[in-house]
Amino acid sequence: MLLPASLPPMLQRIVDPQAPPADVGFFGPIGVPLIYTIVKLLIVFTVYMVGVALLTLAERKISAWIQDRLGPNRVIKGWGQPLADGVKNFMKEETLPDAANKPLFLLAPAMAFIPALTVWAVIPFAAPLPLRWGRMDMVLADLPIGYLYILALASLGVFGVVLAGWASNNKYALLGGLRSSAQMVSYEIAMGMSTVPILLLAGDVSLSTIVRQQEQNGWYVLTLTVACFIFIVSAFAETNRLPFDLPEAESELIAGYHTEYSAMKFSLFFIAEYANMVTASALMATLFFGGWTVPFWHAVNNAPWAWWKTAITLGAFLFKVLFFLFFYMWIRWTLPRFRYDQLMSLGWKILLPLTIGYVVVIAGATLGLDALGVPRTPWHGWPVYSLCLLALNIGLIGLLFVVADRGRLISPASARVRAAELARLRAVRQRSTLAHEATSGAGD
Amino acid sequence: MTLFYHFCFYLFGLVAVASACVFVTRKSPVAAALWLVNVLFCIAALFVLLDAQFIGAIQVLVYAGAIMVVFLFVIMLLNLGEPARIADARGTLWYIGAGGLAIVVLAAMMVRLPHPLPIETFRIAADSLVTEARATGAVAPVAVPLFTEYLLAFEVTSVLLLAAVVGAVVLGRKRNESDAGPASQPGTAGTGTAAHAR
Repeated sequence: MLLPASLPPMLQRIVDPQAPPADVGFFGPIGVPLIYTIVKLLIVFTVYMVGVALLTLAERKISAWIQDRLGPNRVIKGWGQPLADGVKNFMKEETLPDAANKPLFLLAPAMAFIPALTVWAVIPFAAPLPLRWGRMDMVLADLPIGYLYILALASLGVFGVVLAGWASNNKYALLGGLRSSAQMVSYEIAMGMSTVPILLLAGDVSLSTIVRQQEQNGWYVLTLTVACFIFIVSAFAETNRLPFDLPEAESELIAGYHTEYSAMKFSLFFIAEYANMVTASALMATLFFGGWTVPFWHAVNNAPWAWWKTAITLGAFLFKVLFFLFFYMWIRWTLPRFRYDQLMSLGWKILLPLTIGYVVVIAGATLGLDALGVPRTPWHGWPVYSLCLLALNIGLIGLLFVVADRGRLISPASARVRAAELARLRAVRQRSTLAHEATSGAGD
Repeated sequence: MTLFYHFCFYLFGLVAVASACVFVTRKSPVAAALWLVNVLFCIAALFVLLDAQFIGAIQVLVYAGAIMVVFLFVIMLLNLGEPARIADARGTLWYIGAGGLAIVVLAAMMVRLPHPLPIETFRIAADSLVTEARATGAVAPVAVPLFTEYLLAFEVTSVLLLAAVVGAVVLGRKRNESDAGPASQPGTAGTGTAAHAR
């Protein structure tokens, strides 16, 4: 290809589109990578914010669908509802309680909002895109510390909630803030521990390594099922979504930590919640469901890169993220809220011991499989290593269901109740009927 | 890289020192705790600038994200009353004395502390660590020495922490509770364990 001599020197060089861009270009030592980052930043930020706005609509529509209602259907047949909400929130009066701690009251929404936005930076969302200036990796910053960065920044999000509760000088808000700090610290531990088995298999915390490993050896949801389950439960608690929405429990605390907030400051908390949901969904998809890779289609997941591969993998990633977002909403409109002591009991007495035990089991299993000489990479096209772990997980899940069920849901449905158990249940029922009659009799 | 690097390094360093000064002079415990979070965050940024991303992430995760949240929790739960009444202020002479002592200690450290090794030694060691980190991932340069060379110290520390946890549980337990757990009551296994947690 002939290029005119007047072009900048960078374009005259022959650049391999499959290789990362060299560190020389228009702007001296930082050139193409900086421009790439800025372009990606603008696009991702815009898509993220518009997506979050549309999520509020999706939440209402899905809740309406689940409850057999119509949902928002006025502003442009309902599609303009997020816009109308945004305009309303900008127009409303900003209230500032007299007794509030003013600087912290103003700082709190920002402290909830900023970590929620910045965590997205390390999540790879598609296959690299080859351009004439060099390869563009579809991740804002592929940090070597990977998801540790996400855990670290997500742990800062709690400050926004706690400060909002404290600075409002309102007892309901304070209770919400206290609940949230206890809840998020508790579940953060289970969440962090449930990612340790991934470390044992992948050998690295970098998200691109984790995605590549899953492309070769199968999704971690199959090889680390229990960890995936614990991670999803903890992520629900970390994002303050039902059944763990204790910090803003409407029926107990009015609106919890954001009782005193109005207009756009309230809206910032709302956006932060949805942004956290998006990030948690993306993290579930990346850590346990193969990230942007398409299962069983190795051609599209590997080099040489092409624009259509980027498009397909982006679609796959969005599909996974949207599925988990739907899952979030599905759970919210299905399950009731936990009691506070149940929440703490679940976090500290069940999830934490379970995840520590699971780390030991997986460490032992990998040690045993390595000692037996089973290769970690697929052997004659068969992922033997992953299949062994899958068998182990199926056994563990069965065991967990039987133990954790405590003879309540699954066992009565799958088998006849034993005679002694039946007698006990009947006795309990009879006692409660008698008690009911006694109280109603006293009422008359 | 160098100019931007220096700018960031001194920016975060200055913010850390300034926040630390503000932190020790606040009377309200909540404000002090928040300034401490700022200090810890800036130190994490300095770690990242020194190519120790793992230490930086752990700094934010453990100190800023977990320990300071628990501090805030306790401060809010106890609701320590009026800042003016609980502040540990003992008059101007104490301020001047404490400040003077800090300056003397700092000056002594800067003047008297000799460099036992030429700075190049540190630089070479640091460079080799950074190369290793780029080759094997960010966690391995910390994890490998921890679980090989310093294994004994690591295990002893974990036993110490376990002892502290056991001590905290013993101190926090209610004295007047009878030994029979509420879980032994028939038909209330779920609520029994829950009531026990309170």
